Amino acid sequence: MNAPAKVGIGTPLSRVDGTEKVTGTAKYAAEYNVPDLLYGVAVSSRIAKGRITALDEEAARAVPGVVDIVSHRNRPKQAWLDRSWKDELSIPGEPFKAFHDEQILFAGQPIAVVIAETFEAARFAASLVEVSYTEEAHNIDFEASLAEKFTPSHLKRRNNYHPPKNRGNADAAFKAANLTVEGEYHLATEHHNPMEMHASTVEWHGDGSITVFDKIQGPQGDQAYLASAFGLGKKNVRVVNSYVGGAFGSGLRPQWQVQLAVMAAIHLERSVRVVMTRAQMFTHAHRPECSYSIKLGAEHNGKLSAMINSATTSTSRFESNMEDIVVWGMMNYDCPNASGEYFIAPRDTYTSADMRAPGAATGMTLFEIAVDEMAYKAKVDPLDLRLLNYSNVDAMNETPFTSKALREAYREGAERFGWEKRTPQPRSMKEGRELIGWGVATGMWDAQFSKTAARAVLTDDGRLEVASAASDIGTGTYTVMVQVAADTLGITPEHIRAKLGDSDLPTAPVEGGSWGAASTGAAVQLACQSVAKQLLKAAEKIEGKPLHGANSIDDLVFADGAIALKTDPSRIVTITDVMKAAGLDRIEVEETASPGISGMISMMRKSRNTHSAIFCEVRVDEELNQVRVTRVVNAVAAGRIINPKTARSQILGGVVMGIGMALHEETFGDRQLGRWMNHNYAEYHVPAHADVEDIEVIFVDEPDPEVTPLGVKGLGEIGIVGTAAAVANAIYHATGKRVRALPITIDKLLDAEPDVA
Amino acid sequence: MIRFDYSRPSGVNEAVQAGAGAQVAYLAGGTNLVDLMKENVARPLHVVDINRLPLDAIEEMDGGGLRLGALVTNADTAYDERVQRRYPLLSSAILAGASPQLRNAATNGGNLNQRTRCYYFYDVDTPCNKRNPGEGCGAIGGVNRIHAILGTSDHCIATHPSDMCVALAALNADIHVTGPAGERVIPIGEYHRLPGDEPWRDNTLKTGELVTAIDLPAEDFASHYTYLKLRDRLSYAFALVSVAVAMRIEDGAITEARVALGGVAHKPWRSPSAEELLVGEAPGDAIFATVAGAILEGAQGQGDNDFKIDLARRAIVRALHQAANGTPQSQTDKRIA
Repeated sequence: MNAPAKVGIGTPLSRVDGTEKVTGTAKYAAEYNVPDLLYGVAVSSRIAKGRITALDEEAARAVPGVVDIVSHRNRPKQAWLDRSWKDELSIPGEPFKAFHDEQILFAGQPIAVVIAETFEAARFAASLVEVSYTEEAHNIDFEASLAEKFTPSHLKRRNNYHPPKNRGNADAAFKAANLTVEGEYHLATEHHNPMEMHASTVEWHGDGSITVFDKIQGPQGDQAYLASAFGLGKKNVRVVNSYVGGAFGSGLRPQWQVQLAVMAAIHLERSVRVVMTRAQMFTHAHRPECSYSIKLGAEHNGKLSAMINSATTSTSRFESNMEDIVVWGMMNYDCPNASGEYFIAPRDTYTSADMRAPGAATGMTLFEIAVDEMAYKAKVDPLDLRLLNYSNVDAMNETPFTSKALREAYREGAERFGWEKRTPQPRSMKEGRELIGWGVATGMWDAQFSKTAARAVLTDDGRLEVASAASDIGTGTYTVMVQVAADTLGITPEHIRAKLGDSDLPTAPVEGGSWGAASTGAAVQLACQSVAKQLLKAAEKIEGKPLHGANSIDDLVFADGAIALKTDPSRIVTITDVMKAAGLDRIEVEETASPGISGMISMMRKSRNTHSAIFCEVRVDEELNQVRVTRVVNAVAAGRIINPKTARSQILGGVVMGIGMALHEETFGDRQLGRWMNHNYAEYHVPAHADVEDIEVIFVDEPDPEVTPLGVKGLGEIGIVGTAAAVANAIYHATGKRVRALPITIDKLLDAEPDVA
Repeated sequence: MIRFDYSRPSGVNEAVQAGAGAQVAYLAGGTNLVDLMKENVARPLHVVDINRLPLDAIEEMDGGGLRLGALVTNADTAYDERVQRRYPLLSSAILAGASPQLRNAATNGGNLNQRTRCYYFYDVDTPCNKRNPGEGCGAIGGVNRIHAILGTSDHCIATHPSDMCVALAALNADIHVTGPAGERVIPIGEYHRLPGDEPWRDNTLKTGELVTAIDLPAEDFASHYTYLKLRDRLSYAFALVSVAVAMRIEDGAITEARVALGGVAHKPWRSPSAEELLVGEAPGDAIFATVAGAILEGAQGQGDNDFKIDLARRAIVRALHQAANGTPQSQTDKRIA
């Protein structure tokens, strides 16, 4: 036998679901054509606030093919108590309950769903439903809502909210500082806009049970929510989300289309599908608008002495969404005096929601613009200023990190970018009519680990199936599962099948927070190790006992479908031979990976974070202020990298989204009408190909056996954090124009004056 | 979407007969009409599919001009060797718009007749005089970052979204139409109209009239031209401001110049009196700035779009330089020439 080859952790395996996706065989929620399916189209509220006074359905019901119209007037029974509507990531307040009553809480609110035998009939009929309202005063303007800002009391906070911890005396230190920066920073409202619209296909089985094909980031949370909200009982609800066409957080919580589809299915005792329109995608989750006041004080050399943070983000009138905005700078920088306060401001929209790196993408990014300003004040290179204020520990929580290779990220990123060739003065680099600017920023995100179970089934044909109720929202979970299994059992990826996206599978949390790879990966590894142990035991039954002498699987090498003794690779046997010899046709195990006691203690004592250093080049036309982002280097410290190829893709996507945050993404609200106006892909801008040039991703070496069982930190979000600041800082270096409100659109640059000669 | 009748005639006369009734829409590439039907903005009761009409050729005209069939796609027009060589301004403007997929489907006639991208026009739950005469204009006092600064009325501040038409305006194209009353030719400058008291009328077509061809006159603007487009991202966005320049220079002096603006008005905007100022002048910053000021005389912002006046002024000056220098704006290299 040849030396065993292995496709394991650290190899750039192509996506195992790639072929299915590009050939269209991967099925998404709206693509399950169950028998006798009915189609539902939602009627959306024209007004932002008030009450429905009349619903004229006559013309709509007269359309051939229309089966029924479900609204607050005839909906099936809903759970009465708000706590029955709590989802996996619910937040304090009253969860939105579609068709609950005649109240209108936000523009675009679903107020009825027209059900028909064809989608076309449903859509046409939905346009004929006449709704009468009494309107009430409303406000969607963030600036105006600040008058009502508040900090929720302890009992009314989100579970995962981390209040800032003050240190020293920031006010006094700021007053005494040699150098100060003081500014109001702002991020516009953004909508997630994944390519796939939110959709639910509810299959009615006729025995009181339903299968829901849903666009959701966690099937089991969705299952529990639907079972509870509509009194179905958990055993009667199965949720399937095999493929999710992007989500960015918009699918963390069940959205209203699934409520409509389930209510219609119950009401009619039929299978029903409801798909949102692109415009309706602007009627739910969105990244909160943010206003962030930052004051920095420093000594002459740029050593920070004071940081004063005060931020407000938007939420709805009915739920108190909160984000960690002000803590990032306080954790990241060595500065003896720091304070933070945080508010939320309600407006008459749907509740804001987690969107890729919630809190950090906003707070860290805006803070990194202020840090850049201090570098110019102190006449210190912006990278040097960050190194001068580098903290080896979590400076806010005063805890060590399990690992922090940010210094290496700065160094490797700067080297690759060629940072040392930068000239310090703004407007000092120019080519033709374009001003060239180089900017740097820091990114930081959590490295989390969540209790997750996985099942492994090995059959005597040498094939393996690994399964967990995890989700793959385009992030590569399928591939990670296959790769970890291949690594553990030495089976070629072609012989491994990963199953996920089904509430019937072993327990897994919602896909979010960048914990997927670390958690699902650990569970798969544990299950595969358990299979390996059984194989070792079974090998004892083989004549000649080739693996004799191995006390545990640590003494074995699993590769190329075979098992060998570490100490004597000539003593080798194939997995299929082991199973045949032991008379096994299958080995099936389920294991749960959880932090355990030592892990819990480590979590209390140590901070666990990913870090990044982003370097960016922009070219800005001096007269016309058109911005081009010509080069980005993102150096990431994220522990162990399972798959350099999919990992790079994650960071590339984050950087592109960061460019969008810097230059493009903004939802415009009409104050009088109380509605978002640019609710389509033509007018809500994300980067096009022409906006994305050279992006380079570096993963710096950061061994960290403590952070999670695999040493993996997760990569779904770190790529966006700080990227927009690197762009904004590069624009300042190019133009001398400091724009503190993102996105930096051409009008803002036209209006700004350079603050240097 | 409202139920509609559908017919697919094979000849122009047959199509025009079918198009004679009320609430009829001609369907070509469908890149705009179908969207508008899905949004319930366009509600035709009869859709006449004209894709089988023999209007899909680019032909030489007597006297040296070029005739573009109404059904030739934008892509085939932009990449036609004759268009590229003799009317590079048109080719450039087409390639500045939309995406390859859209340009492969969109036709020249359809491009002329595409409708505004005003947010309010597109959202049937908001007021819009263009969509529902008399309902009011949501954009005035609303979200109007992308709206017009020239030629607006109290009823409408929408812009025409086309890039192609801006070039056609600079090239003095003629639009051939056939209708119930026969054929006629409409100069491009009279084809689109300002909103005035009738913002629902985008152009001067009469009921049932069908665009059959666009004539490009035989004039030589192949050496000094440019199409400069500024937008909220570097591709696949409608113009905030665009400038088409067609110019001739002899012995260092400008002998003729045409400047058309996109993204600023209900129609491609030209100012013949301002263009006249360039004749006899040598290219230079001062005269270009004067001309920009003259073109933008009377420009008025609506709040969010105030910046367009300054942006347009700068863009005109730059575009005039590009044309004069013979360094037209590339539509692939996004660096501004």
